[in-house]
Amino acid sequence: MVKELTTGAITAKNVRKEFLDPNGNQVIALEKVDVDIKPGEFICLIGPSGCGKSTFLRLVAGLIQPTEGNLYLDGEEIKKPSYERGLVFQDPTLFPWLNIYENIAFGLKTRHIFKENKEDVKEFIKLVKLEGFEKALPHHLSGGMAQRAGLARALVNHPKVLLLDEPFGALDAFTRMNMQDELLRIWKERGTTMIMVTHDVDEAVYLSDRIFVMTPRPAKIESIVNVDIGRNATYGRKRDSGDFLQLRSKILQILDYTGKAAADIEYNI
Amino acid sequence: MSELVQTFRKEKTKEASRPDFRFRTILPILGVIVALATEILIPAHAKLKYANLPHYRYFLFIALSATILLGIASIFWGSLREKLNYRGAFIGGVFLFLTFLNLVTAKWMLLPQLYFPSIARIFSVFFEDSKLILTCIQSSLTLLVKGILIGFIAGMICGIAVGWSKKANYWIYPLIRILGPIPSSTWTPLALVVFPSAKGAAIFLIAFGVWFQITILTASGIQSVKKAYFEVSSTLGANDLQNLFKIAIPAASPSIFLGFFNATCSSFVALMAAEMIGCKSGLGWYVNWQKTMLSYPNVYAGLIVVAVFCYILVTLQFKVRDKLLSWQEGVVKW
Repeated sequence: MVKELTTGAITAKNVRKEFLDPNGNQVIALEKVDVDIKPGEFICLIGPSGCGKSTFLRLVAGLIQPTEGNLYLDGEEIKKPSYERGLVFQDPTLFPWLNIYENIAFGLKTRHIFKENKEDVKEFIKLVKLEGFEKALPHHLSGGMAQRAGLARALVNHPKVLLLDEPFGALDAFTRMNMQDELLRIWKERGTTMIMVTHDVDEAVYLSDRIFVMTPRPAKIESIVNVDIGRNATYGRKRDSGDFLQLRSKILQILDYTGKAAADIEYNI
Repeated sequence: MSELVQTFRKEKTKEASRPDFRFRTILPILGVIVALATEILIPAHAKLKYANLPHYRYFLFIALSATILLGIASIFWGSLREKLNYRGAFIGGVFLFLTFLNLVTAKWMLLPQLYFPSIARIFSVFFEDSKLILTCIQSSLTLLVKGILIGFIAGMICGIAVGWSKKANYWIYPLIRILGPIPSSTWTPLALVVFPSAKGAAIFLIAFGVWFQITILTASGIQSVKKAYFEVSSTLGANDLQNLFKIAIPAASPSIFLGFFNATCSSFVALMAAEMIGCKSGLGWYVNWQKTMLSYPNVYAGLIVVAVFCYILVTLQFKVRDKLLSWQEGVVKW
């Protein structure tokens, strides 16, 4: 099971990203990012909105370029989007004019390697448990199924890194927990480096090896938390263990949400 | 157990195919009978010319046998029964309307017969003038297909360029904004000078209208494609060209189709207008020419042909659209 993982390392060196807002003012979307992500690591980015989580994901995807600094995948500079860095959004963004099979095969077809990899498409449809839905159109699927199809579409390309932007944010609590376990299973099976943006502290603690806790104004990585709680049989963690809860409150503390948020709520009442 | 299921299934299918009857499937037959009775029993007005033309009667006899056959078939065929039951009142109503027309024209002659001829006379035109009408249909169809094809291709090219490339947008878009809204018939004087034949001018006028509609809706369709689609496809390995042909155009296809629908509808207008100015054949020319000859039966016959002609073309288009755009959720119905 344990594979020697050699690809999928992300390095960010002194990355800074600025935007111009509609009024022409400079806004710092992210600054002072210096991180090393090891091959096959599961990273969660957590923080309130405006902290630059999605910006970091887009930088790694190559959809936007840093204002300063550089990002590398396995030592190679990231300059534009590539199938090596797959992307999954909260909205599954399946192409509505293609059926599920065609959606999942899209990447292979654009890269002109579909014919020799037809079996892969089948395998991934099986992996995300969508057998029998190959001919269905995206709007026929439930939210969870569509999200699984989106995952399979990114995974069939064998990306070295999978970038997930709140992939389970729109799902109900039960589907969400199932999807988390499925993601972990896929992660273990394929050894893909995972970088996931989330709002949910529990989700981050449950899934990741390390958590990048981010804060806004200025948007930056405030602290990196190692999650050294043992994983269970489904590779997740016991959600009600003391360690879990302790780590959870530690992260909330870093985010400055424990006392202050409670106090805010009281004042508002 | 499985036997039980099988017998149960047999029972079910038997039930589904059991002869059944719906009251409203008779309504078409009743409508035709009323029309036929009026036509046969009430004598034509004394002053009516060509009172002995049998075409309307023939039509009604054919209609009678057709509706009776449909009625009988619907007793055995469930899906036809439901359809006929739904449409029955309308079909019957159509024949009542024909009866009404028959009464006010041929039977009681409440309207001047020069401008409002009897139904039989209008129907007789289809037989007497069938050769000319067929050549006119052919000629109109040729003009229309050529015009729409040229306009569609030019419109797609312009629309894609304007929707996709900022440079093309900068240079071409203002031009489209200025030229496009001009009704294509306004170009008639110029078209007649530039093109050596009236047919060429007519094709240009049709193509122009189509070009504008397609360009505008293709461009706006491409511009309003969700950015996330491109982001996802880029991270799946698509390059710029693939993003255009595999994402932008399919995503914009509902909009392009709307443009095509608008374009064909306006192309009918352009076709009729174009044929009335210089051509010596075509449906528009036929109607206009018969009007100047004061032969109104032929005018009505021509109008009926035009209506059927346009109806078939639009229906054809809907069929194609339903096939190509079935992926859309809650497809807009026209």
